[in-house]
Amino acid sequence: MITLQHVYVLAGLVFAAYAGLSLADRENPRRLRNAAFWGLFAVSFLAGDLLGDRGNGFLVLAMVGIAAVGLGRGRGVVTTPEERRALAAKWGERLFLPALAIPAVTLLGALVLKNLTVGGAPLLQTAQATLISLALGVVVAIAVAMLMFRPPPIAPLQEGRRLMDTVGWAAVLPQMLASLGAVFALAGVGEVIGGMASSVIPGDSRFLAVVAYCGGMALFTVIMGNGFAAFPVMTAGVGLPLIVNRFGGDPAIMGAIGMLSGFCGTLMTPMAANFNIVPAALLELKDRNGVIRAQIPTALPLLAGNIALMYLLVFRF
Amino acid sequence: MWTVLGVQVGGAYWPLLGVAVVVAGFLLRFNPLLVVTAAALLTGVLGGLDLLAVIDAFGRAFNDSRYVSVTWLVLPAIGLLERYGLQERARTLIGRVAAATAGRLLLVYLLLRQATAAIGLHSTMGHAQTVRPLVAPMAEGAAESRLGVLPERARERVKAMTAATDNVGLFFGEDVFIAIASILLIRGFLEQNGILVEPLELSLWAIPTAILAFLVHGGRLLLLDRRLQRDVAEAEAAA
Repeated sequence: MITLQHVYVLAGLVFAAYAGLSLADRENPRRLRNAAFWGLFAVSFLAGDLLGDRGNGFLVLAMVGIAAVGLGRGRGVVTTPEERRALAAKWGERLFLPALAIPAVTLLGALVLKNLTVGGAPLLQTAQATLISLALGVVVAIAVAMLMFRPPPIAPLQEGRRLMDTVGWAAVLPQMLASLGAVFALAGVGEVIGGMASSVIPGDSRFLAVVAYCGGMALFTVIMGNGFAAFPVMTAGVGLPLIVNRFGGDPAIMGAIGMLSGFCGTLMTPMAANFNIVPAALLELKDRNGVIRAQIPTALPLLAGNIALMYLLVFRF
Repeated sequence: MWTVLGVQVGGAYWPLLGVAVVVAGFLLRFNPLLVVTAAALLTGVLGGLDLLAVIDAFGRAFNDSRYVSVTWLVLPAIGLLERYGLQERARTLIGRVAAATAGRLLLVYLLLRQATAAIGLHSTMGHAQTVRPLVAPMAEGAAESRLGVLPERARERVKAMTAATDNVGLFFGEDVFIAIASILLIRGFLEQNGILVEPLELSLWAIPTAILAFLVHGGRLLLLDRRLQRDVAEAEAAA
């Protein structure tokens, strides 16, 4: 059976290679910091389960310390723009073949491989089938590309390191925010905010209850970066007592549209780093908040639309 | 608990200071990793844990969340293809489609992203897998074939809008699929409170918002091409 653990080992080896390549990169004045940062990330993937909670805690603190003093950027692209145009003309549409292999294999994994068994055990660890399929897709894409282009064997790691440097510390931010969410939950932040929300809402207006619930979902999601953290808190604080119990609203409609109101908040917050900050880094935008700025004019009308939809539907079915 | 200027502070509200640190840190543009770590340590300590226990909790959560970072495995494949001209090819390919504009291309991507997410294939596309290597260069290429070389403002706008389109398509498509995590969370939470709902009901009621999201964001995408034209005109006027 292929498990998430195998994927972690692969990721750990790749990050270890980035650390090594960074160390050897004389064009990067901060190569030691980059090497230490990616090296620690590699240790986390390879040996995280052996380090214990405290070991992992200090590993994170060390990574944050290195990122705070600043990472550098290593050697850039190997080929010049002219060379790439010439190569693009030479390879033509065949270039898309390995690129499309990633979504194609992910698809195959999610639909077919997930259901295969080898010697009685499932081929892929079922709960993690999509992530494992994504990793398989990458391996297939690289294999196809290596056969096509016959580059030096180190090329994929070199190119991966180059892109990783353009993303920099932002690469770890989503994982850090997920960890912050866990600490927030431990300290009971959600309950405090939920209690505050339910104490300020006037109890006699259906419309205001819907506004408070949908608006609260969006606002709390902006703070926590994730609708999943907001949903239990707002639903226990506002949704169930007012919309369902007092006014007799339909719980399925409330839940579905409530969660989607939270997603409007996700579009507007840097706390949802993997959706908003990471792509800004990946696309090398000048403005770290450029993606959020592009999303706000969609998110606000859509939130208003969700409020209207819930008000029109939830008391009717 | 103390009273400051007539307002009660402290007690149960102490952990909220961590939230305040996050908001202030992001607004003041400190390094987000530092902000998040400071907020986590502060929240835990104010929530009554000792510092080492907070570091333990943070470390455990970090180790348990490693799956979040697995997506980065895509980079070596994408980087290798870029070295051989993938982005350039994506640009020329779209430049040959006479009807293609940045806005129309992104409209098609929005539809595709929503539709695939709605049938549970949300991991087949994404910022690293499809946006950076394919869709963003295509959108830029489509804009360039109509407007010539883009000024920086327009280029940034196209790229940001491409990422935004991926997000909108994913968020407002995935809940139409019955086995997605958020649907299971809603169902599980309501069940804990004694209310049984079917996942199918939840995903059906996600459809009105999915349609609305397509109309709102799709409408903005159709206006994008005119907006880019204006960016180009403004840049020419300034030059």
